[in-house]
Amino acid sequence: MEEAQNAQAAFRKEISNWIDSHCPASLRNQNLGEDGIVWGGKRWQFQREDQKAWLEAAIVKGLTAPTWPQPYGGAGFSRAEEKIFREEMSRLGAPSPLESFGLWMLGPALLGFGSEAQKRHFLPPVTRGEVRWCQGYSEPGAGSDLANVQTRAEDMGDHWLVNGQKIWTSYADQADWIFALVRTDREAPKHKGITFLLIDMESAGVTTRPIQLISGKSPFCETFFDNVKVPKSYGDGIDAHVGEVNRGWDVAKYLLTHEREMIGDGAGGLLSGRAVGSFLQDIDAAVLADPVIRAQAMALEVDDMAFALTMQRYKDRAEAGTSLGDSSAMLKYAGTELNKRRYELLMSAAGADGLEWDGAHGALSPEWLRSKANSIEGGTSEVMLEIISKRLLGMPMK
Amino acid sequence: MTVMQTLIDSEDEVMLRDAANGFLAEAAPVSAFRALRDAGGAYDKALWSEMAQMGWTGVLVPEAQGGAEMGHRAAGILTEEMGANLVASPFLSTAVIAATVLRGAGAEARLEQIARGEVTYALAVDEGSKHAPDAVALQAEPVGNGYRLSGTKRLVADGGFADRFLVLARTSDTGLTLFDLDAGAAGLERTSKRTIDGRDHADLSFDGVEATGADILGTLDDGLTALRPGLLAGLAALAAEMSGLARQAAGMTLAYLVERKQFGRTIGSFQALQHRAAHLYAEQEITLSAVINAGRVLDHSPAEAELAVSLAKARATATAKLTVSEAVQMHGGIGMTDEHDIGFYMKRARVGAEYLGDYGYHAARIAAARGF
Repeated sequence: MEEAQNAQAAFRKEISNWIDSHCPASLRNQNLGEDGIVWGGKRWQFQREDQKAWLEAAIVKGLTAPTWPQPYGGAGFSRAEEKIFREEMSRLGAPSPLESFGLWMLGPALLGFGSEAQKRHFLPPVTRGEVRWCQGYSEPGAGSDLANVQTRAEDMGDHWLVNGQKIWTSYADQADWIFALVRTDREAPKHKGITFLLIDMESAGVTTRPIQLISGKSPFCETFFDNVKVPKSYGDGIDAHVGEVNRGWDVAKYLLTHEREMIGDGAGGLLSGRAVGSFLQDIDAAVLADPVIRAQAMALEVDDMAFALTMQRYKDRAEAGTSLGDSSAMLKYAGTELNKRRYELLMSAAGADGLEWDGAHGALSPEWLRSKANSIEGGTSEVMLEIISKRLLGMPMK
Repeated sequence: MTVMQTLIDSEDEVMLRDAANGFLAEAAPVSAFRALRDAGGAYDKALWSEMAQMGWTGVLVPEAQGGAEMGHRAAGILTEEMGANLVASPFLSTAVIAATVLRGAGAEARLEQIARGEVTYALAVDEGSKHAPDAVALQAEPVGNGYRLSGTKRLVADGGFADRFLVLARTSDTGLTLFDLDAGAAGLERTSKRTIDGRDHADLSFDGVEATGADILGTLDDGLTALRPGLLAGLAALAAEMSGLARQAAGMTLAYLVERKQFGRTIGSFQALQHRAAHLYAEQEITLSAVINAGRVLDHSPAEAELAVSLAKARATATAKLTVSEAVQMHGGIGMTDEHDIGFYMKRARVGAEYLGDYGYHAARIAAARGF
């Protein structure tokens, strides 16, 4: 026990020293918002030299993917070590050197279902920020009913011929590659004919179109596949499909659970918005004299604090060995509904000052509008309630 | 807000919960409460003795005074399980509130009595329809070397049978003082009131009740300081009770939804009910986190506990009220009958919602602490 604690303390000291000596001071404790995120990719242009230096340092240490094995560009950290690393990053105000769908989604998919050759081919460029991936899941007819994907991949011998449309593909217009769910067997039951396919976005016949949301510009795109030829293999043992052909739903389901489990870390900003307390301190005091706004603000503060404790409790549980599992649906449901309530209140409190696109409170109105998607994306609140009632409470189908 | 290192139960706490659960299922199931209510009883004295033997009455009493000194989270685990079983006992008034106040005042002999289950206390603070400890009007007039108390206290929990009262009285324009008085003192009259939850409550009237300086807990004119830890401990344990109550009411409802058939199918298969049950589950999980945290903060940094405790009471109040309301609705007609137990949960939740400050009282304290 004591030995393990000493080892942890030594690890903390070492990693802390490393961060402190490699993360440029100009990047520390900066709130750069969207501009602060380094996504990487072939077309990536650094806005700041310090971000480039920080990424290059992190790559050498494998710290863009701390838990991935070293042969794939990671640092090979255990979960406990990763936790210490994140704590020290946060304590020193160091930003994440690289974010990407490759790190969040493709990596876990390949680590769970990929061949050795696939991992060695695809993962290191992700950790170095050289290749940017996007996710091709949803379609116009496959939202909550994701297994209803209709984008077809026909077996043409040495290649797949892909036709169809994906939607909500974040940053598809910036991405180099896409991992997509495609239908490879139209006769099989809907969950059994799907394949998880890796497609080069530079292939002939791939086009993207950005989607404008009610909140304005967005990273979302539509992605179209028009007779796209996807080679079945990208080299020796490097299949274009991950897992087995027609068993792509297994990979997708695994990733959806993984994605929802990241909720436990507050992933994707779905659960966090502006803090109510400090916002209210900054606005016209007369607003809080309104008994309705005041009552709503108090109730929100109560629920906000209790929800934060719940995130903490589930993290504690995970650390004690109880994985989040289907409880992630409860956290996602409660957290996103809370965030929508928070923005409704902030808009009420801001009054006319919240009505401009870019006004006294900055981008409050677009944030408010964008919050409406929180309970739709990543599984709607209604789907979460289904998971809670069926899987956590065991309520009957009939 | 202060957040504790771990919000999950330790092995000892899991064992305590299992033991409490097993004991109460056997010795104090809801049917026992029903029998007590039907007989017009206040609490089961034999059960109270057993609680003393198991160390429950001394859960907050130091070992030096014969207590088990298990702490506030442990007290919360016990009240959670009592809430689930609707156990009527002086545990909250005596073992939590009075024990905490008496410990702060160094009243060792009384603490020994509490640990042995030999004395019961009731908290006599409020005089009006809402919890307002600083709005006390009951006067304690200095007379000679002592005081004479005159005034009233409203709906004192366990006030009909308690051996002693913790009485908050006005000793000056700005000063309140906390007295520890014998319930049998001359001039003190109690009138039992029948409350919806079937538990013991009484109005108290003081007509020149005599007290001495030795009866004062804490310091003269600063009774709120002496009382505050007791209120916080009581609130945290009450929040836990309401959380346990909500858990059980929801569990009973879920069992009913799976068993009850209408239109040729179990009503639990209707999505309209499934989603409401799922929402209740989320509310309960979130409230439980606040309840656990309040116990932990009281155990480890009591000076910073006010916010955490108010949060637990506010959340537990809201969740218990929502749960029992949904529970009765989902039970349908049978839920409206006295024969069914679910109504007991609704009535106890209503009393718990008011006791020691309602939702608005605690939400306002939270807002003040958060600077708006």
